[in-house]
Amino acid sequence: MISVCSIDDIPEGEAFRFNADVPIAVFNTGDALYAIDDTCTHQDASLADGWVEDGCVECPLHAACFDLSTGMPSGPPAKKAVRTHQVIVSDRTVYVAINETPAELPVGEEIGVA
Amino acid sequence: MRSIAVVGASLAGLNTARALRRKGFDGTVTLIGAESAAPYDRPPLSKEFLAGTVDEADIGLGEPEDDGLELDWRLGKTAVRLDTGDTAVELEDGSRIRADGIVLATGAGANPFPGALGLRTIEDAKALRERITPGARVVLIGAGFIGAEIAATAANLGASVTIVERARVPLSGPLGAELGAVCAGWHATNGVELITDTAVRSVGEHEVELADGRVLASDVVIAGVGARPHVDWLAGSGLRIDGGVVTDSQCATGIPGVVAVGDCASSHRPFAGRVQRIEHWTNAITQSAAAAGTLLGSPEPPAPRDAIPYFWSDQYGMRLQFAGQRAEDDTVSIVDGDPASGKFAATYSREGVLHAVLAVNNPKQFGRLRRDLSTQQASVVALA
Ligand code: FES
Repeated sequence: MISVCSIDDIPEGEAFRFNADVPIAVFNTGDALYAIDDTCTHQDASLADGWVEDGCVECPLHAACFDLSTGMPSGPPAKKAVRTHQVIVSDRTVYVAINETPAELPVGEEIGVA
Repeated sequence: MRSIAVVGASLAGLNTARALRRKGFDGTVTLIGAESAAPYDRPPLSKEFLAGTVDEADIGLGEPEDDGLELDWRLGKTAVRLDTGDTAVELEDGSRIRADGIVLATGAGANPFPGALGLRTIEDAKALRERITPGARVVLIGAGFIGAEIAATAANLGASVTIVERARVPLSGPLGAELGAVCAGWHATNGVELITDTAVRSVGEHEVELADGRVLASDVVIAGVGARPHVDWLAGSGLRIDGGVVTDSQCATGIPGVVAVGDCASSHRPFAGRVQRIEHWTNAITQSAAAAGTLLGSPEPPAPRDAIPYFWSDQYGMRLQFAGQRAEDDTVSIVDGDPASGKFAATYSREGVLHAVLAVNNPKQFGRLRRDLSTQQASVVALA
């Protein structure tokens, strides 16, 4: 469990990015907070920069949409899901429990190189 | 329809083959590619691949799931004639592939400049990679997106780079003079010399002669002077050619059972109200779904967002994103950030109608503006 930020650091529609084994982003959809791996599974783009709507984030580079609750892309060009992580809020502090499965990284990226 | 031949095995061709299967087509799909390399992604050729930070395997477009597509691959085979009477494709080696449906996805090739190298294929990129060494004197002809990206990569590799551009302001076509000048300024910031308003007269062994008489010493000369579609082989086929193969907005040509996609297609664009050939990466993806739908008789119009053109470019660590199409008399407004800071977003509009948006290092604002643009365009097209 990692203490990430204050809930006030993530306004609705925004995301907060932090570095764990790979960059992870916590999104506030207005209804809930979701944490997913920040790097698009297609190529090198930060999903925290993407547009959030209807429970999905749109990749800022080629617009693949990822479901924030499942990590699944809705269509091309991304094919692989991003990992999802559990978010817990306690005392206005946002905690993330990192999913232990290895991250899906786009080509040319290595773990530890952010 | 029992068999479909896809001519062109790059982004548009491969994605059309995938879309055909996704839509349930279970007949034969033959994928014919002129290059012998398995399909690969071209945008990295001027960037990461040229820089050597990714290799051939990294830029492959193939996915493990593609094995399940059961495609009949014919790589390293150039199509030389289309027989529309019998819907058959004739290949350079004399073989003939008959199919009930034909997908034209032959793409475009770099315009040659005598004496200069070009960059379009992975082989071109490998050849450049060997020559762009630290200290090498690299001259680029053309400061368009490809030229600017190669210049940025070469400068980063330690080469001494000069760009020669015919126009007074590079990129003024797509971006307009005002913002084209902003992007052109990045060259000087990164130690690359930009010579504008000047044509290249000739390219020699170790020098480049300019129209004004200046001579630049050079070790490598690379031309980035646009591309032309691979459609010469279609002469006499009965297809209408206007730049590329003319199609309607859903990729149908005038000949039943023949569709065209990607860089080789001059398709009707609802947002522009006319036929346009677009060489963007996302256009190839969007059109492949449309083309497959058209061939199989189940049209699938693109989502409003996908119907407007979009491209991006990475240079000197700056990411530029552009959507829509500007018009000559548009008003340019900086709506976020500041061009001097290297992070901004701008709109192109006239009389309150948004035509295009540009963002530099500002993906979030770009996402928002692109949505505004597609919502507005969708209502304009619906009214038309
Ligand atoms: S990088 Fe995200 S869709 Fe391409």
